[in-house]
Amino acid sequence: MRTPVFLLIWFAIAGAIFGAAMAFDNDYVFFAGYVIMQYIVLSTAWNILGGYCGYVNFGSAAFFALGAYSTVAIYKYTTGGDEPSTFSMPIPFLMLIGGAVSAAVGFGMGYLTLRLRGAFFAIATLALAVVLETLVVNWDYVGGSRGAYIIRPEDIWPIGNYIRYLFLMMMLLAVAAMTIARLIERSRLGYGFATIRDDELAAEASGVPTLRLKLIATTISGGLMGMAGAPFPYYIAFLQPDSTFGLDYAVNSIAMPLIGGTTSWVGPLIGTLLLGSLQQIATVTISSAVNLLIVGILLVFFVVVAPNGIVGLFHTYFQRKPEEFVGRRRVDADAPGTVP
Amino acid sequence: MIFSYDLLINAIVSGILIGGFYAAVSCGITISFGILDIVNIAHPGFIILGSYVVYIVNAATGLDPILTAIVMTPAFYVLGVGMYQVYYVSFEKRGQESLRGLAFFFGVLFITEVSLILYFGVDYRYVDAPYIGPTLHFGEIGLPLRMLVPCLVSLLLIAVLQLILTRTFIGRAIMAVSQDQLALRLMAVDPIRIKRIAFGISIATASLAGAFLIIIQPVEPSVGREYIGRIFAICVLGGMGSLPGTIIAAMLIGIVESLTSTFYGPSWAPAVSFGFLLLTLAVRPAGLLGR
Repeated sequence: MRTPVFLLIWFAIAGAIFGAAMAFDNDYVFFAGYVIMQYIVLSTAWNILGGYCGYVNFGSAAFFALGAYSTVAIYKYTTGGDEPSTFSMPIPFLMLIGGAVSAAVGFGMGYLTLRLRGAFFAIATLALAVVLETLVVNWDYVGGSRGAYIIRPEDIWPIGNYIRYLFLMMMLLAVAAMTIARLIERSRLGYGFATIRDDELAAEASGVPTLRLKLIATTISGGLMGMAGAPFPYYIAFLQPDSTFGLDYAVNSIAMPLIGGTTSWVGPLIGTLLLGSLQQIATVTISSAVNLLIVGILLVFFVVVAPNGIVGLFHTYFQRKPEEFVGRRRVDADAPGTVP
Repeated sequence: MIFSYDLLINAIVSGILIGGFYAAVSCGITISFGILDIVNIAHPGFIILGSYVVYIVNAATGLDPILTAIVMTPAFYVLGVGMYQVYYVSFEKRGQESLRGLAFFFGVLFITEVSLILYFGVDYRYVDAPYIGPTLHFGEIGLPLRMLVPCLVSLLLIAVLQLILTRTFIGRAIMAVSQDQLALRLMAVDPIRIKRIAFGISIATASLAGAFLIIIQPVEPSVGREYIGRIFAICVLGGMGSLPGTIIAAMLIGIVESLTSTFYGPSWAPAVSFGFLLLTLAVRPAGLLGR
């Protein structure tokens, strides 16, 4: 399928979803839908680095929060400090700024740590999240540990309630993220990423510019996470470092692609739709602590029992190995403890 | 700010004491991550589990926390052996330890934390022992016993571990498994068995570290998160898999954190260890006492 056709189909689907939600005329649908769209962006972004290159990022929350806090900084600057106001810069503009900030941090982070082995990168991303949180907690201009109030504009022409506009923007970002992921998959970039994931040393030896490719991946991945975070202050209305840097975002953006399947753009989408709706239901019917427990258990269950996620299960069901399907090679001979 | 000499000395002393405790918290990671190359992010989860086991026993019978923890080490050892078995069969054997193994431990950390929250709630829990409360005074220097006792027992624990690693057959086999598995096989030693034992030992230390933690401060389930970065920072800074290096790095980070929170305020303290970690990874990944 050509990319324009792909985009056209998704715009049609997005339009249908938005039309159906408008017809339903209940703002809760938009509030719940916004969270799911936001997680589609986050999990797709995580998957570009984690699934395609094989580098685990535990700091999704940090990149997300960077986007959110750039919006807060812009809000404070444009409204002139403490005076609450319903003023809002256009959301796409905020997304671009938040994305740019997160992409820059992603690039810097990658430059510092990507020359190390994979595990160190993972730990460094955890560290980055705490360092950034400490900086934000001690930065009074954006509210510090007290948090920041953002007043959501009431209505926007011609859609109506502002939350509907936020939902629409996030849905378009989700379509954009999936398109980018799909484009990467089918380009030289995607094949380069796959070589890094399968055997970085061999890739390096055969002339693949691994460091440059990894830097591209961290920059795109970080930037998309920042874009997902940028409208968040307007959604939540009260932004606090503790919850914005929370482990929930980190664990969800890892669990969703791994449960769905990490080798293509479909995986994060399936994982998010499944896990996201399950969480919305569990939060409403049981409690928010239980919904996190569900995520943890499903994550462990899937990585142990179905390592290729739901997409992998689907392929095995139709008698095709997922490895063949995406042109992926696996070496079992170098498993530890085997005498060659 | 008026520079106070007493404040400086006291900050350094309490940094050394807290550093001793950090050493106990990190020695498990030094074994599992440093020696065995298993990125066990769930280690803080086991430490908090240890704290809660000690809390339950202490609240029910009033038994000494450290004694309880020592009695509980075999249970934690068995837990560790079981964890390694699952990890080996599901990831190491298939050669997928990097991506999915990390996600597995992250999930385990999450499950432990949320289960504890669901069962005990988010209230802070604490234990009773005769040495919690009194403080020894040497001139201007104050030595709170609740910090001193964990620090001393922790140094003892690491000394014992170091003796095991360097003097016994199993210990030497553990060091060997990190260097060359194939050679170990040729010596008719099963590397998987050795790794199982080593991982068991690393989780067993979490029982004691948990007891120290709940002696030093009240504990609630999500406290463990603060320690993820700290223990990996100490492990990397200490040179990956070196127990003496772990002690030095732990003391260093303890002192720097203590100085930061004394002179700049506690809200900056968490950034110290993580900043240290990022800096070490960027500048000298081999650590202070790199092998």
